[in-house]
Amino acid sequence: MTWIVNYLWLIPVLPMLAAGVCALLKQPQRRLSATLAIGSMSVSFVLALIAFAEALSHPAIQVANIHWMQFGDQWVSLGWLLDPLAAVMLVMVTFVGLLIFIYSTGYMAHDPNFTRFFCFLSLFAGAMLGVVIANSLLLLFMCWEVVGLTSYLLIGFWYHRPAAAAAAKKAFITTRIGDLGLLIGMVWLYAQSGTLLFYDNGSGCLEQHAISALAAHITIFGMVVSTAIGLLIFCGAVGKSGQLPLHVWLPDAMEGPTPVSALIHAATMVAAGVYLVARVYPLMNAHALEVVAWVGATTALFAACIAVAQNDIKRILAYSTVSQLGYMMLGLGVGGVAVGMFHLITHAFFKALLFLGAGSVIHGCTEEQDIRNMGGLRRFMPVTFAAYAAGTLALCGFPLFAGFWSKDAILHSAHGWGISRGPFYFGAIGALLTAFYMTRQVYYVFFGPRRVPEAQAEPVASPRHPAEESVIADPHESPRVMTTPLVILAVFAAFLGFVGTPAWPWFQSFLAGQPARFDIGGFSEPGLMALMGVSSLIVFAGIGLGWWLYGCKPIVNATDPDALERLAPGPFHALANRLYVDEIYEATVIRLTRFASAFSAWLDRWIFGGLVNLVAWIVTGFGWLDLGLDKYVVNGGFDMGCREVSLFGRFFTRIQNGRVQNYLRVIAVALVILAIFLLWGHRG
Amino acid sequence: MNPLAGCLLVSALLFAIGLAGAITRRSAILVLAGIELMLSAANLNFIAFWRFGPHPEALTGLIFVIFSIAVAAAEAAVGLALILAIYRHAKTSDVSEIREMRG
Repeated sequence: MTWIVNYLWLIPVLPMLAAGVCALLKQPQRRLSATLAIGSMSVSFVLALIAFAEALSHPAIQVANIHWMQFGDQWVSLGWLLDPLAAVMLVMVTFVGLLIFIYSTGYMAHDPNFTRFFCFLSLFAGAMLGVVIANSLLLLFMCWEVVGLTSYLLIGFWYHRPAAAAAAKKAFITTRIGDLGLLIGMVWLYAQSGTLLFYDNGSGCLEQHAISALAAHITIFGMVVSTAIGLLIFCGAVGKSGQLPLHVWLPDAMEGPTPVSALIHAATMVAAGVYLVARVYPLMNAHALEVVAWVGATTALFAACIAVAQNDIKRILAYSTVSQLGYMMLGLGVGGVAVGMFHLITHAFFKALLFLGAGSVIHGCTEEQDIRNMGGLRRFMPVTFAAYAAGTLALCGFPLFAGFWSKDAILHSAHGWGISRGPFYFGAIGALLTAFYMTRQVYYVFFGPRRVPEAQAEPVASPRHPAEESVIADPHESPRVMTTPLVILAVFAAFLGFVGTPAWPWFQSFLAGQPARFDIGGFSEPGLMALMGVSSLIVFAGIGLGWWLYGCKPIVNATDPDALERLAPGPFHALANRLYVDEIYEATVIRLTRFASAFSAWLDRWIFGGLVNLVAWIVTGFGWLDLGLDKYVVNGGFDMGCREVSLFGRFFTRIQNGRVQNYLRVIAVALVILAIFLLWGHRG
Repeated sequence: MNPLAGCLLVSALLFAIGLAGAITRRSAILVLAGIELMLSAANLNFIAFWRFGPHPEALTGLIFVIFSIAVAAAEAAVGLALILAIYRHAKTSDVSEIREMRG
């Protein structure tokens, strides 16, 4: 074991430290905070590269565990691990994160809360790296929750906008629902196997001994325990990765600054869910994987449908992300870790590219996000356009671009899946739609004449640049600090796929820990070439459809109805309203929650509160009773005694009137009485 | 009438005169004189009961009376000093005027 494994913890800790220092900085210290964040990220990137080299030379899993705390006679251990999977993720997260950090210095240059932004960003990156290297489900869960927290902070970064605050809350609460499953799964796993370490020299919970023990138990619905635990852990991944029932937060998360969207949607947060499933893959048996595959396939198709009818440039990308995450889950479900992870890595690059490109467009158009109000940006922003086009082709799966290879691997696995063909058809239709909506978006944004919305024909000062020009200027290309990351990412989006082609499956072999070799015969696998041809045809069909609907006749006015809207208004509106998922949730889950809380409030107020009030009333009654007793019986008796004493006193003071002779007279009378009494007694 | 009864009669008369004087007189000095008379009546009783009692040889009554007279002398001195002090304070020796000694 080399030093890099022992010091692997430095990779997440450095950005976290930078975040801590940034939190202490004052707002004007922008340069320092950006330097800290980018510097720590660069060092992490270098360390990640070293770790990657180490994983290349020793593909076996290397772990470093420490005892954390003791309860009873058991130690809770934490640890980190280095294996090809973690190494790939480390490099990807640090590299994409670094580019996003650099890009942010340009994008957020005018923001008054610059240092706070970099603080959150660094904490986010650190937590994500912690998720990647964690060798304990507990440590992973802690970092996972920090990721959730920082995504909340980042989505709600412009918290003065009500939509952003609501989106942040939505993201937080929705992912919490999934995390509940993860937590229960984690506790159950601990109860069953007695450890949360993934790998611990044969006694970890992902190793043969524990897995076979888990598979031996049967629980409810005839499931084996490992299936149930796997599904519960998958719940967490569903929340984090925006899979079907819990995807609603992801499009709303677009309220955050665009680099955040890129960071959350491309490299880190949503990938965390996929990574989690890949990490606990040994726990996932066939039944659990079947669920994963179906959820992924449904999500892929569902989100792609919705993306067709969206008009917000970032929202389209958000639904596209949901859809692509569905592909990753599908890949994990039908093909294994390598298939899903390959798409995760390529997707991270081209989706980060697309988001940063969208950010560049938004930045250039002074905060305009509606694609109907753009148009013709190709002339104004050539670099952004070229990079965006590369990202689009990669996302569509255009032959030879990165997305082509990874998506094709997924479709190939889905095609060969023994249980059902459904996911394959879902994926294929989703691919068609992906090509279509991306073409639509590119035509809207970059082609045709420049469209200016009527509402904005009046000079409007931008909310974030109040001091700047008040005339609608032509869009401008973004500064170098923003375009350079775009270009770098574009290169990767174009060529990254070549590390995992069927002829040279280096990526897949690396994850499996085998040496890769170049073999052109990889293409000759039966059905592979045909499938590639079909998927290429699908992509061409999608792009052609997009061109036919949106490219042939340029869109002239921002208010013109969408071409699809003219063809089929009903479905288009349903899709534009996101298939009413939010409304359905509003009507069912949220109303139920409201009702339950109202009922609880009623219960609390009248039943439990009533009980408390009753006791209070009884106590008060006793108090009044005591008061009366005290006032009229005790005090009354005492007062009466006092009054009597005082009366006697007043009587005797009359006698003691200061006349000496009066006293003498009293004495004399007393003497006479005494004498009479004695005489009387003597006689008696 | 035996001598004891005569003595007691004189003593009672003396006591009554002293009491009347002490009660009715306004001058503090005369009140004091009345009190002295009453004391003398008591002393006369002691003497009479001793002299005509069962043990006249024991001298008890005589000793008692001598002590009593000594105490009465001291008391008279104190009483006169008090009267003098009151007189200096109130410019009168009329006991009905002096009404400050009440509770």
